[in-house]
Amino acid sequence: MSPFLTIRGVSRSFAPTSGGAPTLALQATDLTVAENDFITILGPSGCGKSTLLRIVAGLDHPSSGEVQLAGKRIEGPGADRGMVFQSYTLFPWLTVRDNVCFGLNERGLPRAEQLELAQGFIRKVGLTGFEHHFPKQLSGGMQQRTALARALANGPRMLLMDEPFGALDHQTRELMQELLLGIWEGDEATARKTVMFVTHDIDEAVFMGSRVVVMSARPGRIKLDREVPIPHPRHYSVKTTPAFTELKAELMEQVRTEVLAAQAAMV
Amino acid sequence: MKPLQPVAHGTRVVLGVTFFILFTALWAGVTFGGIVSKTFLADPVQMLRSGWVLLTEMGFAKDIGMTVWRVLGGFALATLAALPLGVAMGAYKPVEAFFEPFVSFARYLPASAFIPLLILWAGIGEAQKLSVIFIGSFFQLVLMIAVVVGNTRRDLVEAAYTLGASDAGIVRRVLIPGAAPEIFEILRMVLGWAWTYVIVAELIGASSGIGHMITDSQALLATDQIIFGIIVIGVIGLVSDLGFKWANRRMFPWALLGR
Repeated sequence: MSPFLTIRGVSRSFAPTSGGAPTLALQATDLTVAENDFITILGPSGCGKSTLLRIVAGLDHPSSGEVQLAGKRIEGPGADRGMVFQSYTLFPWLTVRDNVCFGLNERGLPRAEQLELAQGFIRKVGLTGFEHHFPKQLSGGMQQRTALARALANGPRMLLMDEPFGALDHQTRELMQELLLGIWEGDEATARKTVMFVTHDIDEAVFMGSRVVVMSARPGRIKLDREVPIPHPRHYSVKTTPAFTELKAELMEQVRTEVLAAQAAMV
Repeated sequence: MKPLQPVAHGTRVVLGVTFFILFTALWAGVTFGGIVSKTFLADPVQMLRSGWVLLTEMGFAKDIGMTVWRVLGGFALATLAALPLGVAMGAYKPVEAFFEPFVSFARYLPASAFIPLLILWAGIGEAQKLSVIFIGSFFQLVLMIAVVVGNTRRDLVEAAYTLGASDAGIVRRVLIPGAAPEIFEILRMVLGWAWTYVIVAELIGASSGIGHMITDSQALLATDQIIFGIIVIGVIGLVSDLGFKWANRRMFPWALLGR
């Protein structure tokens, strides 16, 4: 399968804050993502996984290397790479419906078409009836569902997710994982969105991804790249199957080593 | 009382009104009780009586109208000029770097000190009065609007970019709508300051207006009229404040939710 997204030699270092050495957040990294694939990027805090995602999103520039999407070099952000952030980034002055319509509005779609598309995605994320609510009136889970609908409604080629469920409680997080997975699995295999999902939660990484990439502690580099040997569609009960537990155990060891390394580096 | 614990609307109104009552009672006590001479401070009843005379026999309503039109006119001009500049400064750092030092400096120039200059340049007509208010309001507005716009949440801007917004789209659809309720609050505050400038402008070289009436009354030691004039300004200011707050709630309901 021809790679859809190619990350080649991408590194990121940040200028020193007050007369010191520059911080290398990300070592020269190579990664390829096939189209319609769902890959999760797992790693401890500060390992550079969000930095990598932001570079793919075009919100940050690599210090070296380049990223290409379908053969074209990524220079900046765009509607082809939709993103869901960990902080709630719904526009507070817009209702749920107008938030979801934001990208469509920017494109100049006729209003009736916008509303129809938006309604469809609002229904998909289970928020029918809340179209006219403002973000402040929604719970965290509902806000992230709206953010997801907003990103999907814009029809991006790739969906980038930066620990989107990190701020939610455990139960809500699990339901959101199933919701997202359900929407992704709902499409035909050749029509599924290419997703890059960053998380520090191992269960989440294995449950959602078809492929898990583990990053080391700062300066981050890719340590491990595993196929998740569990077929789609996945029921939440796969979380207790042997295949799941086996992969989880391996990842736990790898991640734990990195977390300890990160802590040791801080001392 | 517990810190930050909200108070019921009815209680809030009663408390606010009570202060006014106590204040008036103190004033009445001090004047009727003879503690302060009538020459220096008229009593409340006398003030109301002369206020009535001002309104019915001396065309004070026209003076009030003149003052209001001058404030609103000068303020509207300042707002029209300050809004685009403030937004541009908040949105584009080079623009901010160019204008901010001068605007920060000009902000401290007392508008009142400009009056003699303006009389020289523009005479004693309406243009001069409007200029005073303009100078007093414009620089404050520009700076405060620029700060509010510049404080827009970065993650909202990033989200908009990932939804395909253009640079112009970011300014038009994220920076401005996000800052709108706070900008409106800024307008309310600066209008309040504009009131102080208009009175000063009218104290010198005016033939109408509340400030002019105050100067006239000063010559006659009519403290009752002066106080009435000042109170009228206070009432108008309060009404405009309430008007702004009401309009802000109507236009930007999202800004107050959950507060």
